Amino acid sequence: MAEITLQAVVSSIPNATGFIEGELEAVGCPLKTQMQIDVAVDEVFTNIASYAYGDEGGSATIRFEFDPETRTVEITFTDSGVPFDPMTMKDPDVTLSAEERPIGGLGIFLVKKTMDSVSYQYRDGQNQLTIRKKI
Amino acid sequence: MTITKNQNGKDLEIALEGRLDTTTAPDLEKELKADLDGIDTLKLDFSKLDYISSAGLRVLISAHKVMAPKGGMKVVNVNEIVREVFDVTGFSDVLNIE
Repeated sequence: MAEITLQAVVSSIPNATGFIEGELEAVGCPLKTQMQIDVAVDEVFTNIASYAYGDEGGSATIRFEFDPETRTVEITFTDSGVPFDPMTMKDPDVTLSAEERPIGGLGIFLVKKTMDSVSYQYRDGQNQLTIRKKI
Repeated sequence: MTITKNQNGKDLEIALEGRLDTTTAPDLEKELKADLDGIDTLKLDFSKLDYISSAGLRVLISAHKVMAPKGGMKVVNVNEIVREVFDVTGFSDVLNIE
């Protein structure tokens, strides 16, 4: 288990993906899967940086766990901002033409499509979003 | 991310190297905003692009909308990871990918 706590701002994302990449390399994650997980980390952290806190700001913690038996990576994002369950966001209609496409919801949709599972819970005043992927 | 531009008359080619994500997408957006007015065709070379996130997709859609009534926008040399992102988001059907 490894953990990092960062300022919940967009400029922290390179630190977030850098931390996860280091952990993934250590467990021999294939490059393609690593890139998919990087994108997922980018999307989830961007959501937290954009919506969790107001002007006063706050922090977010990323926890990395790896089960060597099932070769499954589990990454949990925790913040103490406003309760927000991104899983309740409606999936974007990907059959719409470019002109009709709404902007929101695409990021978490991408995470749901590329990860094996995504789960959310609000506990002890904290948002906890967990993504899992077999590598 | 490195952005390399090559303009030939009203044809612009942009090669991206690295990652088109939340942190770097604004850089590309800025470049495109400055350039797209004066050009007819746009070609984006992704041969050295590692991956793309939804922030990058948004920039591509905006550029696609600006270019569609003109000579159009083309994306070339897409790797497997970027291709999968285009596929699952339905962007493969919207963008002109070669």
